[in-house]
This record gives sequence, C-alpha cells and structure tokens, in this order.
Amino acid sequence: MKKTDVIIIGAGPVGLFGVHQLGIKGLKSIVIDNLDKPGGQCIELYPDKPIYDIPAVPECTGEQLTKRLLDQIKPFNTEIHLNERVDEVRQEKENWIVKTNNKKEFIAPNIIIAGGVGSFEPRKISLKEAEKLEDQSVFYSVRNKDHFKNKKIAIFGGGDSALDWALELSKYSKVTLVHRRNEFRGAQHTLSELRKLEKAGKIMIKTPCQIISLDNEKELKSITIRFDDEKTEVIPTDIMLGFFGLIMKLGPIAKWGLNMDKKTIEVNPENFETNKKGIFAAGDICSYPGKLKLILSGFHEVALASVECFKRARPNEKYRFEFTTSSKTIQDRLGKK
Amino acid sequence: MPKITYKTYQGNSKTIEVENGLSVMEGAIQNEIPGIDADCGGSMACATCHVYVDDKWFDKIPKAEDAEVDMIDMAFEPKKNSRLSCQIIVGNELDGLEVITPEKQT
Repeated sequence: MKKTDVIIIGAGPVGLFGVHQLGIKGLKSIVIDNLDKPGGQCIELYPDKPIYDIPAVPECTGEQLTKRLLDQIKPFNTEIHLNERVDEVRQEKENWIVKTNNKKEFIAPNIIIAGGVGSFEPRKISLKEAEKLEDQSVFYSVRNKDHFKNKKIAIFGGGDSALDWALELSKYSKVTLVHRRNEFRGAQHTLSELRKLEKAGKIMIKTPCQIISLDNEKELKSITIRFDDEKTEVIPTDIMLGFFGLIMKLGPIAKWGLNMDKKTIEVNPENFETNKKGIFAAGDICSYPGKLKLILSGFHEVALASVECFKRARPNEKYRFEFTTSSKTIQDRLGKK
Repeated sequence: MPKITYKTYQGNSKTIEVENGLSVMEGAIQNEIPGIDADCGGSMACATCHVYVDDKWFDKIPKAEDAEVDMIDMAFEPKKNSRLSCQIIVGNELDGLEVITPEKQT
C-alpha cells in the first residue's frame, strides 16, 4: 500500500492543478483516474474546441489546457494512475484508504475528489441480448486487435472512434459501418478515405438506420438493422463494435457516506471539506451556495482545499502563506534556480 | 407565460408554465419534472436532457446546430424527432409545445 499526503480522485484540470497547489506547499500527492489519459472532460468532450474563460488565456483548446497543466506540475513528478476507478474509501484512524477496481491501494490523511460528474463509461446498446454477449461478440472498445482479425464486424457510430476503427479493421476484416444518420463527423482525410474504401468494396456503409436485434444468443451470427424507411436488413456478423460515446456515471462515489445534493457533493466553501474530515471535493462535483461549474472556480476551490490538507498532513507545522513570485522555498520546489 | 407539456414515455403528462427565455430543460428542472437529468447544466456537453419533440412541433422550433446533432448521437435511443431540451428556448411561439421524455437518459 502506497502512502502519500493527498489522494486526488480525477485527473481533469482541477485535479491536475491540485497537484500544483499541494506541491508548492511541499505536499506529495497521487492522482487516480478512470480514463486512459489525463484531462477529464477537457480531453473526452472537447479536446479541439476552444475555451475562452481561463483567466489570462484568451483562447485555448481542452487539449492545450491539459498539456499546459501537465507541464506546470512536471516539477512534482506526481504519479498519475490511469484506467483505475476508485471503488472503496475507508477510514483507518486519521487516514483514509482508497482501493481501486484493479485492487491498488493507497493511504493518505487527505482525499480530494475532483471527479467532475463522475466516471466516464461507454454507452451500451439497450438490447437485452447485448449484455449476454458483451466481451464475447459485443464490444465498446478495442483492447486486443488480434481478436478483430478475419471477422465479420459491424461497427456502430458516426464519430471519430467509429470511423478510425472502421478504417483500421477493414485492413483485415469485413467491416460494415452502421450509423443512425447519413452524416459522419470526422477529420476530412478520414471521411475521404472512408468513401474510397466504400467504393472499392472494402467497407459497407449502412445509413440511416439503427440496430433492432442481435441474432443467436450464444454466439453472434447476424444482426438486424432497420432503415428510417422501415426496411430491414440482416447482416452476417461475428462481432459488433459500438461507439455511442461516453456517459457520465457518478459511480461508487455515492456510497462513501458523503452528504450529497443530487449528483454533487456538499462542501464547506471555506475549505471545500465534505462532511467527512479529510475528504474534500472541488470542481464540478462539489456544491455550495452560488456554485458555478467553471474551470476557474475549480482552481480556486482546490487551492483552498490544499491549505486544509496541509494542516492535516503536517499537524505539527504552521501553515505559512507565500507567493510563488517571492518565495525561495516554493521556487526550490519548482526546480527554479 | 407559455405552457409546455412534458410527457413520459409511458404517457403520463404534466403541463407547466415556463418563463420566456428559459430553456425547456430549465423549465423541467425548476419544476422537478422527472426524466430530464441535465448533468452538464445546459452547456451541450452531455445528452441527458434528451427529449422527443411532438411531430406537430418539431419543424416549428429552430433547427439543431451541428454540435447538438452530434451530441444527440450519444443519447439513449435517439430518433428523428430527438432534441436536447437545453437548446430549445421558450418563447410565446412555443406556447403549447409538447415534448416526450425517453425511457431513460443514461
């Protein structure tokens, strides 16, 4: 079990800036996130879209913001544990123990929950049979490409993931791309490549239609789709791959005994502590009178939480407020000479 | 104030008066209409305020932007008359609007 001063749940902008605010106070932290990369909603929902309300940054994309935050916290060499969802939080005297779905354990006197709107999970299709076939012939991501070789694959979706995988898997499998409307949303070269492969007979495109059934329960044999004009078609299929985007689920956070207001965690706006001593919440997931779901508000919230974290992690030291511009100690911590 | 009717997929309906300028989503949240979650708070970053617009109204409301249509791809069981209720702004011309909430949002 790894010991640290603060466990940060969520690697979005607020979690990452938390590393900075703790780091300049001399506190160690680790970050845990359910996604496969840091950035949270900035990376999942709007990597290429502009953000106009970061103070002193007139315009930047979600991806740029994330990259800058990662640069800013580089001096602290903080571990970011990705693809890990925190499932359990339990108390042990003055400390909290956090356990992930992959059984990793961490212990610290403080936890900062910067979990946005919870964890992102792929949206699944609502057909009952799909559940039984999941991870055998129904998938929502490609983990091992070998599994998708020399198969008849039906890919669902109209965005980047669906298009990219259609192109990739068509190299060694028979791919049918199914989407509920005629327009696909992707990079220009991806779209033209797709049309080229369609003409060459390498990819079949079916639009506008939706799936109505998966046939054969034990092993997938075919799927039935229905076009908008009510016509149906049966497509022989070994594997169905769905890219219907991500949904945000609050997940296990709801079970940690924290005072909740719908899907948000109630905090004291003086230090962003929850009803549990040593557990803090900042960013979109916290609520208090007047709360605004802005990145800049999250930065403020996590800065204040970091002060209280210091008091708990260093009970015998006095917290001294310092400016980065003039503090020699902080500049040392940032590796500035 | 314009009256907006929210119907559930099972057919129960509730009609409320919604102030001009509010979105159909905000009208629902303020009046505790079940079936609309609006996780992102109306910023078109999720699809949990997804509704079906009654056919006789669908063409009367301003068309969805590309970003909204893309987001509707992520909704639970989108149909031709799907919209995000956070993008439908209430005005006098929408008096009598009927929207149907889907079986679930996520």
